[in-house]
Amino acid sequence: MTVLDLAVQTLHAELRESYLETITFRDQITAVIAPESILPAARLLKTSKNLDFNLLAALTAVDYWPENPRFSIVYQFYSMANKAMLGIRVPLPAEKPELDSIDSIYPNANGHEREVFDMFGITFSGSRDLRRILMPWDWEGHPLRKDYPLGEEEIQFSFNFDEINLRKHYARD
Amino acid sequence: MGVEQKLGNMGVITTSLEQMVNWSRTRAMWPMLFGLACCAIEMMVAESADYDMSRFGMELMRASPRQTDLMIVAGRVSRKMAPVLRRLYDQMPSPKWVISMGDCASCGGIFNNYAVVPGVDEIVPVDVYVAGCPPRPEALIHGILTLHDKVSKEKLVQPGK
Repeated sequence: MTVLDLAVQTLHAELRESYLETITFRDQITAVIAPESILPAARLLKTSKNLDFNLLAALTAVDYWPENPRFSIVYQFYSMANKAMLGIRVPLPAEKPELDSIDSIYPNANGHEREVFDMFGITFSGSRDLRRILMPWDWEGHPLRKDYPLGEEEIQFSFNFDEINLRKHYARD
Repeated sequence: MGVEQKLGNMGVITTSLEQMVNWSRTRAMWPMLFGLACCAIEMMVAESADYDMSRFGMELMRASPRQTDLMIVAGRVSRKMAPVLRRLYDQMPSPKWVISMGDCASCGGIFNNYAVVPGVDEIVPVDVYVAGCPPRPEALIHGILTLHDKVSKEKLVQPGK
């Protein structure tokens, strides 16, 4: 059997009720697991001898507002020795967007988690450094959420030019 | 340069002094390296041999704001860069001028989102806007000549100051 099937089997055996479902598309496999078991799953994937998923290729999030569960964190683990990519999805509800951080196991997860925190507002507990990375440090709001407004400025046409010109705060010396 | 302002408006002497001062200011205005994005490439091309900016005395682009008098904001300014831009503008000694080059620096360009400041004139006061995406080097040089016209009309003694 392939490494991906072996990984799915091992995760199933280890996590039991936390393992929710398997999504298969052509030869890609994504395992959906519950939020409290991401840390044991990541440890298992990295340290187990015949699995050896030693590279965290991607860590992002998707916002499915207004569905519930609202967020879904997507992990992509790659095994360089076995040349296999496994996807893991963790659904999170809107009221409690918190998750354990995996940067004690995969150190490069820190930058990705900071970006997910900045753009979606999902906090990672146990992270060694969680602060905004793309927006200024005192920015309010999380821009990539679906309920964040799209444009920032009203477009000036000739009919509303004068009123916008009065309101716009130009810099003085 | 403070003596003339204290002596006040003395007619002919002040006028020729103004002309001399403005002439010298326009003839060697050193720009600051502030190419942020794609407009920076057009600015570099305007510096180079084909469209020469050194005929205006501007071939010397200083990286340190303390040694420049012109800031050409070339490219889009993101929200994280905005306080840095303001700090560099404050570090320039006066007299100083700002050219906002390109659409993104003038009005936000094609970007209307959380990341780009819509127009650099919310951060620093701008003298000349150059439109284009990116503006051709000739357009930038036209903007610089417009700025030279504006500077040559400046008065030393401001009424009411």
